Amino acid sequence: MIATAIFLLVLFVITLTVAAYSTYGERKVAAFMQDRIGPNRAGPFGILQPLADGTKMFMKEDFIPAGANRTLSFLGPALAMTVSLITGVVIPWGDTLTFGDVHVSLQGMDPEIGILFVFAMTGIGVYGIMLGGWASNNKYSLLGAIRAASQMVSYELAMGLSIVALVMMTGTLSLGGIVDYQVEHGWNIIRQPLGFLIFIVCAFAETNRAPFDMPECETELVGGYHTEFSSMKLGFYLFAEYVNMFISSAVMATLYFGAYHVPGLAGTGWDPNLITIIGAAAMFAKTFFFIFFFMWVRWTLPRFRFDQLLNLGWKGLIPLAIFNILLTGGIMLAQGQLAP
Amino acid sequence: MSTTNPMPAAAGIAPLTNRSKQVSQKKMTLMERIYLPAVVAGLFITIKHFFRFKKATIQYPEQQRPFAPVMRGRHVLKRDDMGRERCTACGLCAVACPAEAITMTAGERRKGEEHLYREEKYAVTYEINMLRCIYCGLCEEACPKEAIFLTDRIVESGFQRQPFVFTKEDLVEPTDQRVDISKRQTPAVLKFKENKRMAHNR
Ligand code: SF4
Ligand code: SF4
Repeated sequence: MIATAIFLLVLFVITLTVAAYSTYGERKVAAFMQDRIGPNRAGPFGILQPLADGTKMFMKEDFIPAGANRTLSFLGPALAMTVSLITGVVIPWGDTLTFGDVHVSLQGMDPEIGILFVFAMTGIGVYGIMLGGWASNNKYSLLGAIRAASQMVSYELAMGLSIVALVMMTGTLSLGGIVDYQVEHGWNIIRQPLGFLIFIVCAFAETNRAPFDMPECETELVGGYHTEFSSMKLGFYLFAEYVNMFISSAVMATLYFGAYHVPGLAGTGWDPNLITIIGAAAMFAKTFFFIFFFMWVRWTLPRFRFDQLLNLGWKGLIPLAIFNILLTGGIMLAQGQLAP
Repeated sequence: MSTTNPMPAAAGIAPLTNRSKQVSQKKMTLMERIYLPAVVAGLFITIKHFFRFKKATIQYPEQQRPFAPVMRGRHVLKRDDMGRERCTACGLCAVACPAEAITMTAGERRKGEEHLYREEKYAVTYEINMLRCIYCGLCEEACPKEAIFLTDRIVESGFQRQPFVFTKEDLVEPTDQRVDISKRQTPAVLKFKENKRMAHNR
């Protein structure tokens, strides 16, 4: 029990640190892709930049416009931040560490409905944006919030359908179970490439990242849903985006890339604790790769138009996801994994 | 499908330049509608830049870009060879100034001040508001006495507005630290000056 509490605390700190350094990473990646150097003044190579940014955010005046709803404008950022942090609990960051007779699972909890939990949380996450946009009493904020909501509805569907094929194969909704399946049968990316493609496109839309960052489209909506926010409330919104990115990278690594599984590691006969730690490191490496991929895409592609976005979701991804389900079912039937 | 050109070319009118491009709204092919090939091609372009270690950044305070020799920066009010102020407060610069940045009051030169002012009338005060100035150089062009020039010095930033109104103290060059303006005297400028029949000013 205490071990789990400590693990969750560590996870909390790690998540916040990773999110903070993603902001730094994003600026560096952006700079490098544009042949610039990026932040390099705060500390060596600018690694203290997130601290400087955070301090700046705290020092700013917390301004609430006259017509805004005070309660909701506090609730919005708080909800966005809290919900994005909660999801990390069900991610399998690693196998089990054993100290004497104390077993510490590097997965906060493994509910039977792990995937549904992740979906539920991302679904609630959009409330943070909607409350913020509504509370601001500003048409641009409201438009941003509406976009966030409709984008969420459209892409949640395709994402869910892409997972259905995966769940059909693995036969479980628990994230731990899915990892176990992959340890046995190889990574899911091999059997579900189309599903992964759909999932990753939807993940971009769900985290409001470019090229689908409609809710905060500066060229049309000033700042989108967070136009009227300042100080650390704005900070929370921006931060929640990075936490979301971290979590959805971890989810992708879990569902399609075997989470903490490193092929060939189990056969070496090393100390199980060592294997667990290497596995956790592998999990983070996979996650960081996806974070990098998120940034890489952001600094490559221009923003979609909103109608293109919805067309892609409803007319492109959803039929494709349904096709993927049929394909998976057909193959499973042919291989005799399903009772006819 | 309809491929209506939004702006049908008016018959018989030649385009102004040959740079105009025919806009097309043709339907995207299947390959283009999948987006993925284009996305992947784009990703390759950016990653190539990611690993290119020659950066375009100039690390400003330590590393500075050289100014162009004819750079138009902070003004100077010149003195002549004998250290007298050249400006005669004719006001032509103020009239020429599109930003209305220049103001001055004129005064008459007294007896015994001949070593200070070159002409019988001189500027008692002369102010340029550097926040208004757009560094166009029209004041320099207007001046018949070759008194005002823009130089390659920059106006430093500050936190208050008032110090940006430069007075004669800031503008007139000190006798012991002459400001070099020869770099702005390009052949084209010298040619221009010939036409102004200002031999007495050389
Ligand atoms: S440079 Fe142009 S704007 Fe500035 S004082 Fe001279 S005429 Fe006015
Ligand atoms: S600087 Fe030249 S144009 Fe301006 S008042 Fe003096 S003499 Fe006249």
